[in-house]
Amino acid sequence: MSTLDRASEAGPTTSVTPERLATEDAVPAEPQRSPRQRGTVARVLVGAALVLMTVAFVYPFVWLVSASLKPRSDVFDNRLIPETLTFDNYVEVWNAAPMAAWLVNTAFVTVMATLTVTISSALVAWGFARYQFRGRNLLFGLVLASMMIPGAATMIPTYLIWNSLGLVGTLTPLWAGNVFGTAFYIFLLRQFFLGLPPELFDAAEIDGAGHWRVFWHIALPLTRPALVVVALFEFQAAWTDLMRGLIYLRDREDFTVPRGLKSMLDQFGFGGEWHWELIVTASVITTLPMVIVFFIGQRQIIQGVASTGTKG
Amino acid sequence: MSLAAPASTGTAAPARPPRRRGGSGRHRAWIPLLFISPWLVGFLVFMAYPVVYTGYLSLTDYDVINDPTFLGLDNYRELVSDEKVMLALRNTFVYTLMSVPAQLVFSLVLALLLQRAGRAAGFFRTAFFLPKMTPPVAVGVLLLMLLNGQSGLLNELLGWFGINGPNWTTDPDWVKPGLVVTSLWTVGSSVIILLAALQQVPDELLDAARVDGASWWRRLWHVVLPIISPTIYFIVVVDTIASLQSFTEAYTAFFGAGNTTYSNDAALFYAIYLFQQAFEFLHMGYASAMAVLLFAIVMVVTAVQVMLSRRYVHYTGGAR
Repeated sequence: MSTLDRASEAGPTTSVTPERLATEDAVPAEPQRSPRQRGTVARVLVGAALVLMTVAFVYPFVWLVSASLKPRSDVFDNRLIPETLTFDNYVEVWNAAPMAAWLVNTAFVTVMATLTVTISSALVAWGFARYQFRGRNLLFGLVLASMMIPGAATMIPTYLIWNSLGLVGTLTPLWAGNVFGTAFYIFLLRQFFLGLPPELFDAAEIDGAGHWRVFWHIALPLTRPALVVVALFEFQAAWTDLMRGLIYLRDREDFTVPRGLKSMLDQFGFGGEWHWELIVTASVITTLPMVIVFFIGQRQIIQGVASTGTKG
Repeated sequence: MSLAAPASTGTAAPARPPRRRGGSGRHRAWIPLLFISPWLVGFLVFMAYPVVYTGYLSLTDYDVINDPTFLGLDNYRELVSDEKVMLALRNTFVYTLMSVPAQLVFSLVLALLLQRAGRAAGFFRTAFFLPKMTPPVAVGVLLLMLLNGQSGLLNELLGWFGINGPNWTTDPDWVKPGLVVTSLWTVGSSVIILLAALQQVPDELLDAARVDGASWWRRLWHVVLPIISPTIYFIVVVDTIASLQSFTEAYTAFFGAGNTTYSNDAALFYAIYLFQQAFEFLHMGYASAMAVLLFAIVMVVTAVQVMLSRRYVHYTGGAR
């Protein structure tokens, strides 16, 4: 969070020229090996390290996809190119598990979670950014403080609330809490709203626009970049969440994909039937949508992470 | 709540002088409240009430079916003498003490490399961040497969260098290091945050240090790191809180219905044991006491970090 603000602080640094001149003077004084040579060696080393690290970060994906195209006996052979290439696993996995239902469930939860949290967080952020009212700072302090509370401290009563509403065993508890907004997104969007010129909204009010119109038709469209970041973060969080699936879902047909993948690991992994080729294939199916989302929203996600200091 | 009477605000507006920050003052009091009401309701129902109720439940015996019976401090007394709680705490602390520094150093190295990557930086940055998108369940599956002692890819690689890799997934001494290695794969967001901070380090300072004959290492240690220390501090705090609550990767790989073939004590994190107590054994009262303890631990650890930050973190300029 500090990085954004520091950008402006670092801006007006004093007197550039004296040091610059001094540097140029210093260069010829360097002994023996020319600086250009050293620079080349360093550049090659950095390049090699970067390539090596890239392989380390990307290879597990390649391994996973490759393993999903191997027959059962070859899954652990660590070959890059499958010895016998087969798409049978992708057929078999639909028979072994209700994969289609899981994908539909997850898509539903993810879309609902993303839509509700984006709209409601924007509403609340606008309330805090646009208006002055008694207790505003205290309430916003509570927003920030609530980010510190570990999930475990609220997990059990939250379960009891959904239980008393008879909603345990349905998909509702996986997204409905988002109707109330999320502290981190409220904080992020408020920062963005504060960066917009208030004169714009004053003028609209003078022209007779109501509070809702100013928010919905003027402020929100201007906030699109930040809304996209919030939506992408939440999409990823909702799609990949396991714990809520473990707590709230009972029947296999109702599982989300991460919950389903865990149940497949329990059924087909160690202590089970040893069908790792199905586990690998289900892992690819679980991960692939996130890879696609990342390549579509890459710029926004990375800028969002860099500027907010979030840990998605 | 569509279209809240535009006419009524129109009459009062023209007289008002333009304000500078945070919007105009004289509105009906309920209008801002209407905007923040979703959070207000959510905070009361899903945050304030649950925290208080967790505190109450921690003093009771409760199995969801029968009403809670009041026990006083019995749960806490049991907690202190529960060997599994102590084991889970030790596991969690050991993992946190290993993974937070390892992730920080690794992500700093990657960020420093990226900073020198020139025009290709965008490509490498994408590669480093990609694993962060992977569902933690799939990360748990990859852990079981790639770090498998007999046929895993990691041990095959170590074999090329003549190293006989350990049984990362079954040897109690190597389960936590295996989880740390796995956690290094998902440092992408730290890398990006650190890179953003590195790019804010003023060139003038580095040039000045270079003129004074400071080596690359001394420039890093005495100029760059102090300047980015607020960011490092932020990452340490966030990673520590996350590590103390880590659940999904370890639970996926070592717990659940199928894992009865080998001991998984080494991977029993506090959040996992809490989850088991609450939702597998339905010991809601006992689990609530565990949650209160976790809350207290997170608060104490964060307070200690705040105190340490006064000594080691340099804030250039005024208030953050």
